[in-house]
Amino acid sequence: MKKLNQYLIYAGLAIAAGSAHAQMRIEINGVGSNQIPVAIAAFADESVAPQQISAIIKADLERSGAFKVIDAGTVTDVNNINYDAYKAQGADALVVGTVQALADGRFDVRYKLLDTVKQGKLSQLDQAVAPQFSRLSAHKIADDVFFKLTGIKGAFSTRIAYVKQEGRAYQLLVADADGEGEQLALRSNEPIISPAWSPDGTKVAYVSFEQKKPVVYVQNLINRARTVVANEKGSNSAPAWAPSGNKLAVALSKDGHTQIYTVNADGSNLHRISNSAGIDTEPQWSADGQSIYFTSDRSGGPQIYRMGPEGGDATRVTFSGSYNISPRISADGKTLAYISRRDGGNFQLFVLDLASGQEQRLSDTTSDESPSFAPNGKYIMYATETARRKSLAVVSVDGRVKQRLTTAAGNIKEPTWGPFMQ
Amino acid sequence: MRKLSSLAFIVTTAAILSACSTPVKLAEPAPVVEKPVEQPAPVADTRTVAPVETKSIDPLDDPKGVLANRSVYFDFDSYVVRADGKPVVENHSAYLTKNKQRNILIQGNTDERGGAEYNLALGQKRAEAVRKAMTTLGVPESQIEAVSLGKEKPKAEGHNEEAWSQNRRSDIVYK
Repeated sequence: MKKLNQYLIYAGLAIAAGSAHAQMRIEINGVGSNQIPVAIAAFADESVAPQQISAIIKADLERSGAFKVIDAGTVTDVNNINYDAYKAQGADALVVGTVQALADGRFDVRYKLLDTVKQGKLSQLDQAVAPQFSRLSAHKIADDVFFKLTGIKGAFSTRIAYVKQEGRAYQLLVADADGEGEQLALRSNEPIISPAWSPDGTKVAYVSFEQKKPVVYVQNLINRARTVVANEKGSNSAPAWAPSGNKLAVALSKDGHTQIYTVNADGSNLHRISNSAGIDTEPQWSADGQSIYFTSDRSGGPQIYRMGPEGGDATRVTFSGSYNISPRISADGKTLAYISRRDGGNFQLFVLDLASGQEQRLSDTTSDESPSFAPNGKYIMYATETARRKSLAVVSVDGRVKQRLTTAAGNIKEPTWGPFMQ
Repeated sequence: MRKLSSLAFIVTTAAILSACSTPVKLAEPAPVVEKPVEQPAPVADTRTVAPVETKSIDPLDDPKGVLANRSVYFDFDSYVVRADGKPVVENHSAYLTKNKQRNILIQGNTDERGGAEYNLALGQKRAEAVRKAMTTLGVPESQIEAVSLGKEKPKAEGHNEEAWSQNRRSDIVYK
C-alpha cells in the first residue's frame, strides 16, 4: 500500500510541476547475487522540499537489486550516530542527510554515507538545487552510494527515451531512468522509431514517418530545433551517433538495397561505408569509435558483424541460431546485447561475452526488441510484450535482477537509455 | 399623365376638405393599387440550346476500375511478386506510361514479427520488387520512389496468419 501511495504522491507533485503525463509503474523481480545491506534514514526536514529525498534514494537502491535496504527511521542529529544500533540491524553502511530551504528558493541537500563497522564517513555530497531538481539531487546521492559501495558508477540520474503509441497517436517521450518525470519531445500521427541519444544527452535522433516514408531527423531537446539528417530517395533509418557527437551512421536504401552510410549531424558529407549485395542495417558505434557493429544478411539470414568506422572488411560475430539482430555494445566493449529468434519463433534478448564467445539468454518473454545498455553497462532496457500490450523491461547483465515498466494506457516501445550527464 | 393629375386633384381636394374646422367624413378615395402589367405566360423558345459539360473520368479515380487495386501481397519470407500481383503491376504500369506527369510512392510492408529496423529493410525489398517489375514494363525510374513502412502500418490488426498475410504487401500511392 505504501508503494502505491508514494506513487500517487509523486504523480500528483509531478503534475503540479507541470511536466508530467501518465506515469509508469515499475515492478521489481529478483535480486543480485551479493546484496549489500544499507540502512537509509529519512533526511532531517526533508518535507520542506517538493520530493521526499530519502524515499527516492531507497527506491533507486532497491530497484538496482544490489542492496538490501533497511529502513533506519529518522536520524535527528547527523553528527551523533549510534553505529552499534545500525550494525545490530545488519547494516554495513548508513545513509543520513539534511534538507534546508535557502533564502533564494533553492534547497540545500546534504548527505553522508557512513561505515557502520569502521564507524567513519565513507562519502558526502552537498548540493544546492532549484526545486525542479530535487528528484535529481536524490538520484545523484543514490549514484554516489552505488559507486562508493560497489565500485561501479551509478546510473540513477540518467534519462531514457521511448515511443508511446495509442491508436494512431505517437509520442516520443523522455523520462528519468525510473520512469518518473515524463516529458513530451515529439507528437505525431505517424510512427516514430529508433530514437537515439546524442553522446552529450541534449539531442535525440529518430526515424519519423510523417512524410509517408522513413526519414532521419535530429531534434535538439532544449530548443526544439529539428534537422533532417537523411532524406534520400527511398528509406532512411537506423540512426546511431558516433562517440564524437559530430556524425551519425544511418541505413539508407538509396542504392536500391539497404546499406550503411555515415553523415555529419547537419546532414552533410553523406557517404557509404558498408558493402554487400543484401541488407546491411542497424549500425552501432563502439565507445572507442574504432568499430561499428551491424546486422547483415550476407550469409543468408540476419547475423551480427563488426567493421571499422569507415567500413572495410567485416567480421562475423554471431554464430548461434539463424536470426540475430539489433546489436548493442556495452561501453567497455566487452559485452554484446542482441535479439535472437530461436526454436519456436520467440524473439528474445541475449548477451554475448565477446572474449569467450559465451552467450546467455536474459529473458523469458517471446517478443523482445530494441535492447539498450545503461551507460554503466550493468543493465539492459528493452521492449517486450505481455498480454498483447507493449511495455519496457530492465534486466541486469547477469540476468538476476528484472524490472518491468508499464504504462496505464497505450503501448510503450523503442527504448533508448541516455548517457551520463553533468 | 391623366391618371396622375386626377389623383393630385383628389388628394388636394381631400386635403382642403380635411383642413376645414368641421371634420367631414369623406369617402376614402379608392386606393390606387399599382397592378403589375400582366405578362403573357412564357412560351418555350424551341430554338434554345442549353450546354451540357461532360468529362471522361480519370480511370485512377474510378472506384470500380482495375486501378482501384493498389496492393500487391507476398508470401512469408518472400520478396517476389506472386501471380496474383501481376495484374496490379501491369495496370498501374500502363497508366503511368500513359500519364508521364504522375508519380507514385511504392510502400513495402511486413507482418509484425521481428525487429522494427530489420523489417524496414525487408519491406524495402517488397517495394523494390514491385518497382523493378514496373520499370521492366517501361515505367521511367523518375516516376517511382520505393520506400518501406516496415511493420509500422499494418492493414490488419490481428495476430494470426490471416492478418499477417494482409500485412505482407506493397501499396502503390499516387503523389
